[in-house]
Amino acid sequence: MSLPQRVRSAWRYLFGDAASAFGTLSAVLLIVLAIVPAKDYFREWLGYQKQYLRLIRGRGDATSLSRRFQGGLQQIWMPDLGVVDRCTTCHTALKEASLVDIKTEPFRPHPAIPHRLTEFGCVICHRGQGAATTVEEAHSSTKSWEEPILPARYLEASCGQCHLDRPMGTPRLNQGRDALAQYGCVRCHTIKSPDGVIMTGSDAPPPLLHIAEKTTREWIAAWLKNPQSYAGSATMPNFQLADDETRDISAFLIAQSTSYPSHQGPEPAPAASQDAAALQAGTSLYGESFCSSCHAMQNAAGMLVGGNLGPELTRAGSKVKTGWLAEWLRDPKTYDPDTRMPRYRLDARQVGLLIGFLSSKSDSDFLGTTQLAAATAAQIEHGKTLVIERGCANCHAINGVKKPENFAPELTLVGSRPLEKILFAPGVPHTLADYIGAKIRQPRSFGNALKMPQYTLAPQQIGALETALLAQTQLAQTLPVSLRIPGRASSNYRPAGKAGQLIDDMRCFSCHKINGYGGGMAPELTWEGSSVQRAWLVSFLKNPNTLRPALIRRMPKFDVTDAEANILTDYIMTVYQTPAFDQETTDASRFTAADAEHGKELFYGKYACQSCHIIDPKKDRGYIGPTLTQVGARLTASWISHWLKNAQSLRPGTSEPVWNMSDEDARAVTAFLVAQKNAPRKEVAQR
Amino acid sequence: MNRAWLGWIVLAVGMTGACSRRATGPAEAQPKAFGAALVLVSGDKQAAGVGSLLDQPVVVQANDEKGTAVAGALVKFAGAGGVTFDPDHGLTGSDGQFSTNVSLGGVHGRYQIVATTRDSAGRKAEIRVDEIALGYQETLGKQVSDIHCVRCHDSESTPERVSNHDNLSAQAHAFTDGATPNAMSDADLAAIISHGGAALGKSAEMPPYGNTLTKPEIDALIGLLRALADPPYRPQGIFYAGK
Repeated sequence: MSLPQRVRSAWRYLFGDAASAFGTLSAVLLIVLAIVPAKDYFREWLGYQKQYLRLIRGRGDATSLSRRFQGGLQQIWMPDLGVVDRCTTCHTALKEASLVDIKTEPFRPHPAIPHRLTEFGCVICHRGQGAATTVEEAHSSTKSWEEPILPARYLEASCGQCHLDRPMGTPRLNQGRDALAQYGCVRCHTIKSPDGVIMTGSDAPPPLLHIAEKTTREWIAAWLKNPQSYAGSATMPNFQLADDETRDISAFLIAQSTSYPSHQGPEPAPAASQDAAALQAGTSLYGESFCSSCHAMQNAAGMLVGGNLGPELTRAGSKVKTGWLAEWLRDPKTYDPDTRMPRYRLDARQVGLLIGFLSSKSDSDFLGTTQLAAATAAQIEHGKTLVIERGCANCHAINGVKKPENFAPELTLVGSRPLEKILFAPGVPHTLADYIGAKIRQPRSFGNALKMPQYTLAPQQIGALETALLAQTQLAQTLPVSLRIPGRASSNYRPAGKAGQLIDDMRCFSCHKINGYGGGMAPELTWEGSSVQRAWLVSFLKNPNTLRPALIRRMPKFDVTDAEANILTDYIMTVYQTPAFDQETTDASRFTAADAEHGKELFYGKYACQSCHIIDPKKDRGYIGPTLTQVGARLTASWISHWLKNAQSLRPGTSEPVWNMSDEDARAVTAFLVAQKNAPRKEVAQR
Repeated sequence: MNRAWLGWIVLAVGMTGACSRRATGPAEAQPKAFGAALVLVSGDKQAAGVGSLLDQPVVVQANDEKGTAVAGALVKFAGAGGVTFDPDHGLTGSDGQFSTNVSLGGVHGRYQIVATTRDSAGRKAEIRVDEIALGYQETLGKQVSDIHCVRCHDSESTPERVSNHDNLSAQAHAFTDGATPNAMSDADLAAIISHGGAALGKSAEMPPYGNTLTKPEIDALIGLLRALADPPYRPQGIFYAGK
């Protein structure tokens, strides 16, 4: 059989004669044509829409629900935000509050948030692929589209794309941003906010320029080996150094250390008093000086008690040399000009007592019996190489080593890093959040040659850091500037003159904020001059007494002289005045006894101020706010009156609610409070 | 011929073996002892942000019929809605306890997790534990509450925050105590927060916060109350006239 014949017979075998072939072909054509509408009919989203209609059919408000339902492909399109979202095609009930009992996706109503869906769409917050119309493509990362949905625990990251302030509703993002600054991440990695501001560290890594004066080489080596074994709360990470590396780095750090212009007062450095009575007195002095407002120590139960502004002192006796400690207690600034530690005006006896107390806080296990042999020149040279390699100078000032630039990869856009450019360590799920988490958790799991040190962080802290880093997206840079909520600009306020020197000397800004500059531990003092009376302020500066009994962080006593107290008081009374009182001042001399009596009724009755304040220590018990037994000698009448009306306007964030008192009520309560002057103070200021 | 078939079969089996990915998860621990009942030790009714890890682990204890702790009993944890456990099963320790870290799912609301163990006869003993996932609104409410409310409404003191609860003549309700707020409408709760206790005939020791907090903040506080309430709050929903 020739070839055409074979084909013909095969044709006949398959399709029969021409007529039946025509019939078969028609049937095939019909089926092929039917595929298109069938594909359309069986589309995934259409199924969800039908499911939704079935879901609402039996409900009481079915009519209004179905009236609001819009079938077909839905789309939110906002060209200026770059948003094309088709999520509402399946998520049909996002705005239906009455479906609150529905817990299954995609029909769950959206929980309450401060933004409207129509203003921002979905993917700006949730990420994923808004334009996709299948479940997989919209939510997972596929070959062509690799942005998956952001897991719920990181959702606050999306708020951080616009919100550079600290919104109250995003505690995790705020915690993460704080941690980036507090753990020194930003000292090696450049991280720019979307507004171009480079994040700066809030930790205070000590300079190492004169380290040999402060501690021993053995301590440095042991600390480098594992900082957390010295102090569990240490923020310095573990660089996982080998023994010979800690030996050589400590050799170099001691070798580069220079002497510093120490105070060398008239009296020689006092010897540490070690007998039991002195130790007792030293313990008391540590407490009375409120050292624990900034420094933590482990108590007998192993709990860390105290503030975190300064280093933990649990094992301080194993660290510092007593000669250095004496100098440091006399004037910390000579050793570290940028320290947050104030200059206490301690006398030689007090310094001796504190040295005795702190020396007793030693731990023989920490240093063990390590004895390092004298360093060779080669070891010192190797130590310097290691210091440069590990980037120690990113945080610490070191003689002969410059602060490196661009030491670690910039993380400004880490939240948009394409997955294809990431090398995942074995066992890490292929998502950006998991990658960032694994990097923070175990940096060296990505390769032993990596420089990033090992941090000791709680899972919550790692989650917060992941959230803050996921906020660093490309989108944050390209969103319209009008959407950006700027963070608080940093203030370079510094007071001038003699008072400025005193404020610097006592490091008031370590705890107090004035004109936007300073710490947040103690009350803001921007308008302190309008608030308090002159005589009270002088005596308070000389001997700060407790205003708020429930607080454990207290203002230390600096033993300022009369002259110093007067200089500071004059400055505060003149400069730190609010303009708000110019229009409306309250003259205390015009109050009558009837005013005060009415005020007392209001105080105890209508406003129930005794819930939080104490006027009569025998009867009142509230201790959230300051004790008011002597408030008439402390605050000005104008301040009290304005405070009663709107305390938040005077000191934003205070616990005092805005009472919005009428003029009459405010006048009466002020009259009552101004009269609270009992137990006049002994130390009245002498000009 | 036969030999050829044998060759093909060996090849096919070999290929199947090579290509199939065996589940290489940790082999399930074999119980060394059996408990008749599970009791909760700690970790229930914790509140954490959606999807996130609870602050404290959930700890359960396996007991035998006499109520004494059993070491080496196999305890398994399970939960719906995306709850994950680390680890999700294991043997009880020498104190008879087993502890797991729980991460909640991505939807706000209540999660019920179930711990199970089997006695020697294979009968199941289980215990159910409730946890609460806070959404945006409840998280905001918690922040507001931490600043303005807990000092009086929480009777527990911490070193950083001394409670004022016992200094008041009226006893402020704990936010976890659902009995009272569950009977109040959102509008009543908003009124008492905004206008103070006196406005609703309650103690004036509860100050008005209407000029201090914004409306979204007050709504958020109510959301938090509803989320934490125990017994759980059941919203009344909307009623329409039936057909």
